[in-house]
Amino acid sequence: MEPFPLIEFKNVTKRFDGRTVLDNVNLRIYEGQITTIIGLSGAGKSVLLKHIIGLIQPDEGTVCLRGKPLSGVRKKDIADTVKQMSYMFQGNALFDSMTVYENIALPLQETTDLSREEIDRRVRTRIEQTELGDSADKFPSELSGGMQKRAALARALVTDPRIVLFDEPTSGQDPVRKNAILSMIAQYQRRFGFTAILVSHEIPDVYFISNRILALYDRTIVFQGAPEDLEKFDHPFMDEVIHSLEGLQEELTGLHSRRQFKVLYQSQMKRKALDQFYVLVVFTLEGLDAIASGMGHEAAQEAIRCMGLAIEKHFGPIGGVSTRLGINEFITMLPYSDMAEAEAILNNFAADIQREDIVNILNGARRRGGEGQCVEIGIKAGLAQGRPTVEVGPVMNAAVEQQKEIARLRCIPDW
Amino acid sequence: MRRLLMLFTEPFAFLGRGTIQYVGSMGASAIFLVLALLKAFRKKQLPKIVQQLYYIGARSTLIILLVGLFTGMVLGLQSYHALVQFGAQGALGTLVALSLVRELGPVLTAIMITARAGSATTAEIGSLRISEQIDALDTMRVDPLRYLISPRITASIISFPLLTAVFDIIGILGGYISGVLLLGANAGTYLYRVQASVEMKDITDGFIKAIVFAVIVSTVCCFEGYFTHMRTDSHGAKAVGLSTTSAVVLSCVLILIADYVVTSILI
Repeated sequence: MEPFPLIEFKNVTKRFDGRTVLDNVNLRIYEGQITTIIGLSGAGKSVLLKHIIGLIQPDEGTVCLRGKPLSGVRKKDIADTVKQMSYMFQGNALFDSMTVYENIALPLQETTDLSREEIDRRVRTRIEQTELGDSADKFPSELSGGMQKRAALARALVTDPRIVLFDEPTSGQDPVRKNAILSMIAQYQRRFGFTAILVSHEIPDVYFISNRILALYDRTIVFQGAPEDLEKFDHPFMDEVIHSLEGLQEELTGLHSRRQFKVLYQSQMKRKALDQFYVLVVFTLEGLDAIASGMGHEAAQEAIRCMGLAIEKHFGPIGGVSTRLGINEFITMLPYSDMAEAEAILNNFAADIQREDIVNILNGARRRGGEGQCVEIGIKAGLAQGRPTVEVGPVMNAAVEQQKEIARLRCIPDW
Repeated sequence: MRRLLMLFTEPFAFLGRGTIQYVGSMGASAIFLVLALLKAFRKKQLPKIVQQLYYIGARSTLIILLVGLFTGMVLGLQSYHALVQFGAQGALGTLVALSLVRELGPVLTAIMITARAGSATTAEIGSLRISEQIDALDTMRVDPLRYLISPRITASIISFPLLTAVFDIIGILGGYISGVLLLGANAGTYLYRVQASVEMKDITDGFIKAIVFAVIVSTVCCFEGYFTHMRTDSHGAKAVGLSTTSAVVLSCVLILIADYVVTSILI
């Protein structure tokens, strides 16, 4: 049986100056999870988030919190429910005339009757937890972007909210900081146990930290479910949004984007005679979930990056075209090889990866995620042969079916 | 035919739209003011009011002293030369004191505070609005009207009459400096005339005006800043600039209109 939703939108419609921004939106968000709302810029993601916290009221439909509608009820009742929420703005919205300490203390000073000592204790605790000890007396303008995010997060968490809403928390940050912020959200969500609702473009990076994905497309929610299910979702949203956003993310692995891969694949197929073969190799990095949950999001990113480098190092020089297929899957096309040759190449790759690259992958993850952590990782690979006359889908499926383990490594804790 | 008809109706429609907008914003300002005043009596407001009293009141004292002194001096100078033609220089104290206490004190004090503190208030609140800091207050369940607006309006209502009193006293002193010390009018006559001609009603009327101006200036300046994001003519930093300009201009115009209205009621 599906659990009772914490937040539910029932046929919510919102218009601004006659322009419909949200049209008949239905969605469910569950307690204790990280839910990410994805969609293109200007799709109405922030508007959707502001409905949840009551900054915007729907023109039609209802927003319910624990089954109780947030609109059309007494102001006091709304205040009581909204009391459980915090909101982290895209631009942080820190008070620029106040120090970090004063910013974090403000909600407690203004909304509670706590003593000065108790407020100080709570604020100091949050400052320590968010590693802002040296910056407590600084003004927001004196902090780096990442530190401002942490200060905004500390302010959002100081009232011990049950629900925290993050409006594009990684916008305007470089890839390293993006990872650090997503990692921080996942880490604090686990530590404090709040329900996190994110608006983000960081695909597929947000998949690692999200339990649920909501896809906003053409003014409505077209998908809600687990990140793994989104991979199988057949909808124009996937081509227009997910794949184009993924294309931007391949800076991480150094591999081709999926779009580039598709173009290169098609051009190779055009050049080939109809009876010539090519080979697809599908790799799966196992244990990525364990890295993400045990060592953090940044460690998982590093593992993916090292895996991408290993594939490119072996297959790039012999004309292989590679891309990231899913969260932990990679695909390489060997356009000039037949099955026998590809098997020989893969055997060489397997030997190298077991000897050297898998150690690099795990070491990379450990460097980012803490030396004391220990996880087990494995790499599977499968080959399949195709021809220009055959659709690529069945060839890929055949390669996945043929997958077998080519390397495995379990770290030793005091390694 | 329809175009021709529109040519005739459009000016009336334009007037009507403007009037509706004007009446609407008047109503909104009134609600804004009442809500802010009601919230002045909530818990934890006193430190914020004291802080604003310092900013709007105490820190405006120097400029009020300067303006008051030179207004009194120029008034003494001009009045002496006019009165001496009729041999009525003995009435200098009366003229200076009544002009200042009844009119110039409240009006010039209000205009000076508008220029110094009112403009800064609009710019500050407008900046808070466009950088989502007011929305942040909302999400933290901190009522922006209580936290930002109410202390400013309350502090204005307290500090305007006090600063008006300072202006009046220093203005009378300025009149004494130019009339008595520089031009040679009789000191005893000047001071006697000041004491004899200024009645309690003049002082209370001046204070009533100061309070009315305080309400106008603080409401207009806070309202313009608070609703900066609703401007249709501009956005962002430019909207803050325009809101500040319109707050100062509107406050000054309303001070003069209100001065006439209040005077005609009190006289």
